[in-house]
Amino acid sequence: MQSTAVIVGAGHAGLAMSRRLTERSIDHLVLERGEVANSWRTQRWPSLRLLTPNWQTRLPGHPYAGDDPDGYMPAAGLAATLTGYARLIGAPVRTATTVHALRAGPQGFEIQAGDDLIGARAVVLATGACARPAIPALAAAIPPSVTTLTPLAYRDPGQLPDGEVLVVGASATGVQLAAEIHRSGRPVTLAAGEHVRLPRTYRGRDIFWWLQVTGLLAERYDQIDDLTRARHLPSPQLTGTPEAVTTDLNSLTAVGIRLAGRLGRITDGVAQFSGALANTCALADLKMNRFLTRADEWAATSGLDGDLPSPHRFAPTRVDPGTPLELDLSSGKITTVLWATGFRPDHSWLDIPVRDRNGRIRHDGGVVTDAPGLYVLGLPVLRTRASTYIHGAAADTAALADHLHTFLSGRTAPSSFR
Amino acid sequence: MTITDSPVDNGVNVAALLGAREALSATPEAAEFTWRASCTWRKGTHSHSTVAGFTGLGAEQQHRSTYEFDVDHPECFASEDNGATPVEYVLVGLVGCLTAGVASVAQHRGIQLRSVTATIEGQMNVLGILGADPDIRNGFETITARFAIDADASREDLQALIAQAQKRSAAFDIVANPTKVLVELA
Repeated sequence: MQSTAVIVGAGHAGLAMSRRLTERSIDHLVLERGEVANSWRTQRWPSLRLLTPNWQTRLPGHPYAGDDPDGYMPAAGLAATLTGYARLIGAPVRTATTVHALRAGPQGFEIQAGDDLIGARAVVLATGACARPAIPALAAAIPPSVTTLTPLAYRDPGQLPDGEVLVVGASATGVQLAAEIHRSGRPVTLAAGEHVRLPRTYRGRDIFWWLQVTGLLAERYDQIDDLTRARHLPSPQLTGTPEAVTTDLNSLTAVGIRLAGRLGRITDGVAQFSGALANTCALADLKMNRFLTRADEWAATSGLDGDLPSPHRFAPTRVDPGTPLELDLSSGKITTVLWATGFRPDHSWLDIPVRDRNGRIRHDGGVVTDAPGLYVLGLPVLRTRASTYIHGAAADTAALADHLHTFLSGRTAPSSFR
Repeated sequence: MTITDSPVDNGVNVAALLGAREALSATPEAAEFTWRASCTWRKGTHSHSTVAGFTGLGAEQQHRSTYEFDVDHPECFASEDNGATPVEYVLVGLVGCLTAGVASVAQHRGIQLRSVTATIEGQMNVLGILGADPDIRNGFETITARFAIDADASREDLQALIAQAQKRSAAFDIVANPTKVLVELA
């Protein structure tokens, strides 16, 4: 079977790309291993909400039309939105179709999907950035008596045994789950390495409003100084609660969650943490303040100072001098370790040599290197900082669909393509 | 930061460091370094160490001269005080690494340093190393370093400077984070 283009994954990025290809009359298929928005349906915990406010959660040709623009969409809500969107745009989705292999083929590419072999001239990888949890190698040293869990398998605190919980990683997932689990009566210790601190609101506006109006989200990958670092930043410590509360480390320690430094090693069942937590927190505070200063400068030059509450800063992150350097995981006190240590995409079925020495796909703003006709979507800072979030797909897919269109028409894409 | 007529010069060749970063990212094997010291026991708790060569950039390298270190314990430890204690060498290494970091980051950020001094202290309860109390560790309970920096920069800028110096310090990482240490018999 042939298709001019194949999109792998019917999440927000895959569907946005489908819309772009339809706009350009490029025939294509969207292959989805489950149902539309599969990851949001099956791999997220029920209380999860997007970090971005609803007004920002738009798809190509489909702005937010609900009645809660300042709210934060729950995972199930996003899944429903995407399902509706797929119908609206008439996306040619084949559900329950798992891609087992993608390799070079006579047309350009050959996809083994379910029982079918599909030839395609162009392929778009849209399986998301969070297909697999990133679990550190030292996880093997966790005593077998301790339950270990990743966010993809987590649903609610009730599934955990009684006892204390060690949450490893102070990303958005880490702070959300630490708070939720602690509220269930299980004392939590949160091991915090490098993290991104942001308030939920600042001067009366959502932080994502500031990220947008200051132009930070529009910063392009080819203009960012340290792109590797930008692409590996942990997600900011935000939670989408209806009350729009801030969920930084101070908010966690205020309710009795204990901090520890970055988990370094586990030796004879004893977890050892970094002694550099104070500086790690100082760096996060500095980074937040740099952004708030940028926000204040923007507000002043935009003439908005009169309409907004005054600038202010937040209390520095409090680090208890008694922060432990180690915890005995074999004593029975800690019964669960939750790995909030990040995610990786899953392109294991990609049988084309396009990876760097770390196993990551090499690409230039989503155009995969050394594989003409192959594209990747939905990775952090793919083309701009907005690429990490739902609404970034609109611009990313427009640019890449143009590139794909040019590729299909046999014209070499201009070398200055950006 | 005031605008000066002359460019900032803290004596750090930042361009070379950034160039090295790019070049070594392309040839990661060349980025593997092995630092070493050789030690000879003299007498009692006194030993003498030298640092002469190291491996890096794919080859054996030599320092400009051989550096010599006498390591000993003080008289109140019933020793002869022929040199600084091992833990003092650790403090020297750490504060030296952080100071180099301060200068490098200041150079990179266009901050002209006029003077930088630091005092570093390590708190230790010797009952640990005497094996007299299992709840007391051998090493430092806490290390505190205090930097006095005279520069054309705000206090916030200087705080950011020392934060970044810690972030990219090898000695800070070795001391603050768990490190594998293997000691074997030849």
